[in-house]
Amino acid sequence: MNAPGEFYQRDRDLHPPAFAPGYKSSVTRSPRCALLSLQGSASEITGPVFGHGDLDPGDNDLLSNYAKPGESPIGERIILHGRVLDENQRPVPKTMVEVWQANAGGRYRHKKDTYLAPIDPNFGGCGRTLTDDDGAYFFRTVKPGVYPWRNFGNNWRPAHIHISVFGSGFAQRLITQCYFEGDPFIALCPIVQTIPDPEAIVQLTAKLDHKATIPLDTVAYKFDVVLRGRRSTLFENRLEGN
Amino acid sequence: MAQSRLYIKESASQTAGPYVHIGLAPGAAGFDIYRRELGWDIAGPNARGERIRVEGRVLDGMGAATKDVLLEVWQANADGHYAHPEGGGPVEDGFRGWGRVITDFDTGAWGFDTVKPGPTPGRDGRLQAPHLNLWLVARGINIGLNTRLYFDDEAERNTADPVLNLIEWEDRRSTLIATRTMRDGTPLYHFDIRLQGDRETVFFDI
Repeated sequence: MNAPGEFYQRDRDLHPPAFAPGYKSSVTRSPRCALLSLQGSASEITGPVFGHGDLDPGDNDLLSNYAKPGESPIGERIILHGRVLDENQRPVPKTMVEVWQANAGGRYRHKKDTYLAPIDPNFGGCGRTLTDDDGAYFFRTVKPGVYPWRNFGNNWRPAHIHISVFGSGFAQRLITQCYFEGDPFIALCPIVQTIPDPEAIVQLTAKLDHKATIPLDTVAYKFDVVLRGRRSTLFENRLEGN
Repeated sequence: MAQSRLYIKESASQTAGPYVHIGLAPGAAGFDIYRRELGWDIAGPNARGERIRVEGRVLDGMGAATKDVLLEVWQANADGHYAHPEGGGPVEDGFRGWGRVITDFDTGAWGFDTVKPGPTPGRDGRLQAPHLNLWLVARGINIGLNTRLYFDDEAERNTADPVLNLIEWEDRRSTLIATRTMRDGTPLYHFDIRLQGDRETVFFDI
């Protein structure tokens, strides 16, 4: 059997460019020199390994992980679930998935967020979990609200959940945002529109998963995350040089 | 094993935004929710090698210190092994080699304690000089930025390093080299990251 090799080259045509002037904060935070492309060495193809000792079983339930006993946050109760896959459509098992989000009113529990919508005393707004052997993950939370931000003066972020995923190698490290189908603010958002490929935006939009809803309880949305895949080292020397 | 030809596309990156702290470093941001915060202990108690501290700032294109960046580090142990099944060999019990820190909300300073890594195998069998792999995300950064930190007391190995030698402009290589001093008996490496402009740090597409 051939050992897996380095990761496929990242398709920069589907990722936002560093300099995307419609999103003003990128203007002074974007490198202007070209990125230097590296072949994958051990430094890139390896990455941190996590286990169940790193988290607690309830960390993926945002309805309860910050709520007072017997209480729960205000908002539309949702399940966000899906799989972490690679570009070869293989599941990425046992990888850490972390999320953070605003509450149902569009307010983050963060000292720098001064939006006038109130903090929800029963909502923290972050969660984490490990994917199972099939790459599957799930969270229970409330659907986040839209919120305003300055940029052009009257911009609103579509409802979104930030998602951070590791994969098996540091080269796969990815942070993205999950949007919700039907949200009219997706098309109006300068941050979403940094993404040059319309299909890539569709891929970041969670779909209602009616079959996975819990009747009389919780709506479900499905969202898969795709990380870079790895080549097989067909006729190539091994990384360590045999 | 035959490679599947039914490829799908990687999910597009989006900025981590200004509130990344509540998701990835809630404790460091003063938000007490998890029993166990990830990434604060990089080397663990049993790691061999030299204990070091690394500090710096992340400067934007105006030369101002950014105050909302999250950095992650991924490194080998003193033997040059990564804590991973393909990491080249065993590591000490408790050695993770991974950590995350945030820039201070007021000063923009970041820093972490670890051990100095050993040389690691490069792509073509040539040894890579000791280095830390760094990844930065923040508001205004649309896709995480990868860079490396090398050590200025490793001049000989740095000169032979296959990655540093890929950098066409020799004076840009120095943007990846941290400078060593001593503080209270502990080696302190200083490393500023410049996102843009004069002496822009070399970033990698890994």
